[in-house]
Amino acid sequence: MTVLFDIIASVGLWGAVLRIATPLIFGTLGALLCERAGVLNLGIEGIMTFGAMIGWLSVYHGADLWTGLLIAAIAGGVFGLLHSGLTVTLGLSQHVAGLGVTLFASSFSYYVFRLIVPTAGTPPTIVPFQPIAIPGLSTLPFIGPAFFTQTAPTYLAILIALTLAYILFRTPLGLAIRMTGENPHAAEAQGVNPMKVRYGAVIAGSALMGMGGAFLTLSAFNSFFPTMVQGRGWICIALVVFASWRPGRALFGALLFAFFDAFQLRLQTAVDGVPYQIFLMTPYVLSIVALAVMARRARVPQALMQPYRRGER
Amino acid sequence: MTSPVLEIEGVSKRFGANLANDDISLTLAKGEIVALLGENGAGKTTLMSILFGHYMQDAGRILIDGAELPPGKPRAAIRAGVGMVHQHFSLAPNLSVLENVMTGTEKLWSWRSGTSAARKKLLAISERFGLKVDPGARLGDLSVGEQQRVEILKALYNDARILILDEPTAVLTNIEAEKLFATLKQMARQGLSLIFISHKLDEVMAAADRIVVLRGGKMVAKRTASETSKAELAELMVGRRVTRPVREPSTPGAVALEAAEVTVKIDGVERLKSISFHLREGEILGIIGVSGNGQAALAHLLSGTLSRTSGDLLLFGEAIGNPGVADVVGAGIGRIPEDRNEEGVIGEMAIWENAVLERISASAFSQHGLVNRKAGMAFAKQIIDQFDVRGGSPASRTRLLSGGNMQKLILGRNLHRRPRILIAAQPARGLDEGAVAAVHARLLEARRQGTAVLLISEDLDEVIALADRVQAIVGGRLSPPVEAEAANARKLGLMMAGEWQETREPDHAL
Ligand SMILES: Nc1ncnc2c1ncn2[C@@H]1O[C@H](COP(=O)(O)OP(=O)(O)OP(=O)(O)O)[C@@H](O)[C@H]1O
Ligand SMILES: [Mg+2]
Repeated sequence: MTVLFDIIASVGLWGAVLRIATPLIFGTLGALLCERAGVLNLGIEGIMTFGAMIGWLSVYHGADLWTGLLIAAIAGGVFGLLHSGLTVTLGLSQHVAGLGVTLFASSFSYYVFRLIVPTAGTPPTIVPFQPIAIPGLSTLPFIGPAFFTQTAPTYLAILIALTLAYILFRTPLGLAIRMTGENPHAAEAQGVNPMKVRYGAVIAGSALMGMGGAFLTLSAFNSFFPTMVQGRGWICIALVVFASWRPGRALFGALLFAFFDAFQLRLQTAVDGVPYQIFLMTPYVLSIVALAVMARRARVPQALMQPYRRGER
Repeated sequence: MTSPVLEIEGVSKRFGANLANDDISLTLAKGEIVALLGENGAGKTTLMSILFGHYMQDAGRILIDGAELPPGKPRAAIRAGVGMVHQHFSLAPNLSVLENVMTGTEKLWSWRSGTSAARKKLLAISERFGLKVDPGARLGDLSVGEQQRVEILKALYNDARILILDEPTAVLTNIEAEKLFATLKQMARQGLSLIFISHKLDEVMAAADRIVVLRGGKMVAKRTASETSKAELAELMVGRRVTRPVREPSTPGAVALEAAEVTVKIDGVERLKSISFHLREGEILGIIGVSGNGQAALAHLLSGTLSRTSGDLLLFGEAIGNPGVADVVGAGIGRIPEDRNEEGVIGEMAIWENAVLERISASAFSQHGLVNRKAGMAFAKQIIDQFDVRGGSPASRTRLLSGGNMQKLILGRNLHRRPRILIAAQPARGLDEGAVAAVHARLLEARRQGTAVLLISEDLDEVIALADRVQAIVGGRLSPPVEAEAANARKLGLMMAGEWQETREPDHAL
């Protein structure tokens, strides 16, 4: 039992929680934004992979870190454009289009990666974002080193979560987005163009996904390898449901998952005699449990996954 | 007369081979109420959708205060002062009343929604027109009547001067409808111009200044209310005289369905309180009542989608458990659900698919787990021909049918195989005179052939014309039956108000 307490009381654990959570926060917010407008974006896994690759590649070729992050966001937006072209304009199945985008973006990342790193050897590294100590707060005992000594994109992710919550619930644009996800016909009847709203939301959401991917190569790690996203995109899709489509709860959900993950990582080394795969599994099992409990009360956007065709009832 | 606020000039619209609007012209003056009449599929909704910019017309133009409205732009229509209350409400159930009203009313790219100012404006409008709402309520929690109020408020909030209402009373109770028309008249007095669509000739005669009749996409008549009559309007709509069929006396057969002290609880609330009735072959039992008094629970119970809490159900004399939908269909019970869009058909699927859906595993429509498309298509074609479903072929999507034609499809699907029992909930709701007559004729024919029909309705005339016996449903309780011969509008009206309860259960009297 004391092992558990030791782990929980360690600064390292809490520092890791925020680090692990950051890509999930970006990804979950991105998926949430798309879904609030009524579009399920299963392209997320591939878009994150591509964001990770292109961000790393840009920096490797001399761009500064922020430019790398921006390029990843733009690349994500381009895939968002593709996804909305398929699902909004053509009205195709959102599942199929999303999986298509994921397959395409993942393979394309691998292709580009192999052009740069033709041999199997270790890929070249870059100098990633360095932790920033927030003046005044970082010196607090325990809390300081755990929460206020993170890299800049982590602070950015939290800021974006708050901003997105504000936009969705306090601005006319947010209302237009929510209305489009609930009933595009009603939005249209009020003079809002649901097509434009969906395009905008999917592009912006995909840009966030791209940034989430880029965090992996530009901050959490210093290099790229093709399998590094490791299903984080799918976790984000589940977290959106867990969060009942609310950015604040998405932030919480991402942190909770990251906590489980950081915790099991430390348990693996601290406990002998249990196959480490058991620990590896726990965050996912707990996520499923949490999802099952939370999702029952969730209010799904009513028009999620329904293509909108103009001039039809 | 002053110059008109609205002029529709020579508007035409074609859907494929179907000319939904054919060179229609119409004007509207300030403070005037015009009723738009026409059969199901006559093109009323299409015309109004063009006016509002949902659809783009193929020809013709629309002028507001003499200025032409750009086609296909709802935003421009809203700005010009046109408001529309849709036939199928366009509201978001998960959002609040205020949010529903506010959407799209502010500049999209501003930093803050002016929520409190909007709330004030909404309350002021609701005060001025006597349309009470709670701005903070979740829309999905409101009754249908309240939701409609929100639709109207939405239009008024956008400073509409021309208000279009597409079948506003189709889903309202009589009392709600009366209130609505009082409000509309008050609006007209305050200078608003209104166009409303309706199939109910009584309310058209009572509320409209002028009446415009469409038939088959063409405008066939314009009348002022004072110079026409219900009979003339009915004839103009259908193009021939329509008379609703009447019931002939007959002797009913054995008891087909019996309920003994059945109680249904949903989420702890008793929706049906110890109700008893029996239904015989070859008779129509009318269940009359103001909507929302347990009709939905009763229909769902007998359709196999709801379980009872206590009491007995007997089917042809045999006690049955809680039947599932498959059991119900298997036992030869036909069902006409109250909400055809939600429970009757799947709009995205083809007409033929909807026609066979209930019995897709029957050998006629599938072999070895494969659907027999040809048989399905042929069956749908039969229904379309026999039941006069207009506006679609077996392969077209069901959503494109007008409400009345959808109902005919559902009716056809059920009656085609001569069900032994038919549960018909509000079967003529939203239908035009001709279609009502057709539906009634079909129900009577089914009765003649020995089907036991349970007719759940809130339309007194309908029940008096069709039912052999009538029971009223009030607050989940069922009155004892009265014979049709002994029933008249007054007596049934009293029963709907729960009058029978006083004598039977003195402890419940006020
Ligand atoms: N989007 C569409 N695509 C194809 N056909 C359509 C479309 N909308 C309407 N129609 C057809 O146009 C005709 C007119 O339909 P409309 O909805 O205007 O009728 P309506 O007079 O409002 O009928 P109801 O009283 O049943 O509401 C119908 O035959 C309908 O099937
Ligand atoms: Mg209509």
